[in-house]
Amino acid sequence: MSLELSGLINAIHEGLTGAIEAQWLVSLIEYVLVGAGLLALYALIALFLIIFERKICAWFQCRLGPNRVGPWGIFQVFADMLKIMFKEIIPLKHNDKLLFYAGPCIVVIGSFLTFGGLQFAEGVHGVDLNIGVFYLLAVSSISIVGVMLAGWSSNNKYALIGAMRSGAQVISFELSACLSMMAVVILGGSMNLSTLMEKQEDLWFIFQAPVPMLIAMVIYLIAAHAETNRGPFDLPEAESELTAGYHVEYSGMTFGYFYVAEYCNLFINAAIGALVFLGGWQAFHIPGCDGFNAVMDMCPSYVWFFLKCLFFIFMSLWVRWSFPRLRIDQLLHLEWKIMLPFSLFNILLVAVWVIIF
Amino acid sequence: MSPYEILVVVFLTAFVLLIGGSVIALLWAPKTKNAQKAEQYESGIPTRGTSWMQFNVGYYLIAILFLMFDVEAVLLFPWAVVMKGLGANGLLAVAFFLVVLILGLAYAWRKGALEWK
Repeated sequence: MSLELSGLINAIHEGLTGAIEAQWLVSLIEYVLVGAGLLALYALIALFLIIFERKICAWFQCRLGPNRVGPWGIFQVFADMLKIMFKEIIPLKHNDKLLFYAGPCIVVIGSFLTFGGLQFAEGVHGVDLNIGVFYLLAVSSISIVGVMLAGWSSNNKYALIGAMRSGAQVISFELSACLSMMAVVILGGSMNLSTLMEKQEDLWFIFQAPVPMLIAMVIYLIAAHAETNRGPFDLPEAESELTAGYHVEYSGMTFGYFYVAEYCNLFINAAIGALVFLGGWQAFHIPGCDGFNAVMDMCPSYVWFFLKCLFFIFMSLWVRWSFPRLRIDQLLHLEWKIMLPFSLFNILLVAVWVIIF
Repeated sequence: MSPYEILVVVFLTAFVLLIGGSVIALLWAPKTKNAQKAEQYESGIPTRGTSWMQFNVGYYLIAILFLMFDVEAVLLFPWAVVMKGLGANGLLAVAFFLVVLILGLAYAWRKGALEWK
């Protein structure tokens, strides 16, 4: 018996087609199922990452973390979710109402559109465009518009400074993320994620061209980490100087949207890294060792995918809780004078590598 | 199902998420009126003036530089897809393009656009 989800999906499709005559009704039900599945996964991942981060952070600081609500405190996050839903949304007097409420909505929409472009297991994916990688890069940068709107419309100096810093930081580091993805596209010869997955069946991209891909992966991880406004790059939210940065005026569910989107972006960045560098849902294969490959294939593809994501997420948390915050001039120095020249150079390197090997 | 149909579904689902959360908050969350609470939250003392004012020009420079490299990325992606087929000639052509770009970055660097003042 196969543990893969693609069999289940095909069974549902065939069952629906057999039971219902009208083709449009079948399509409609399938659309609703796809939407509901993505929504449930999105919410579950956000909830899981919140408790995961709190626990990991506690262990890094020699604390226990949440441990009262439920076994090991795992229901703490559900309690927090209910609390944030039923909290008052404070009506502010001096802000720009339309932009103020549009901000978190745009952040969530950008994050969810990116989430829909991922591949979760063999045959399980949302939007699978022929320009998949480009689509992911494009829609993931929609969120920054929401952040800028939120900071500007709050009519609060801390929020404004936070939003401006966030804007400068995210657009700067997006360049490096973009260029390291381009290195992958050169090696894979396609922007379609399914095609990239097929090309990684025998060997992951990181092993196909170890030197340029390792540089690209390190650059991508730093850039993705900076794009989530976390860790040493958390100047937009710098608690000790800006109270909370761009979302200082938000309360209740409007803040909850920023919070959910932040944690899902953490997952999305890890997932994109796992998909393009570590083979996504492909098992670890060594060409020629058929016995070893067969053992590796016993593990279902979604387990591989989520393990790789967890690995990247853990790295991200590790960095976040280990390093002190940068100043903005150090941050821009890192991006424009170190990472950008390196990633431009890496493009040429990977092109030469592809021609030679 | 074509990917563009799924794209529309994903887009609508994002709205379902937003509307669902907002409806719960609007129905059950308490609503109070309080003149103090409606003020901006800055440092505990009343805020002076508006925040909608002129801002450090450094951010604008960063945005302009970003624009230059982002357009470059859009131009390079199609080349990246067909790189294997083009071979050394394609690489040579793009290397010239990249050199021009790097000269642009070097110019901005030399002029001090990357320094934070």
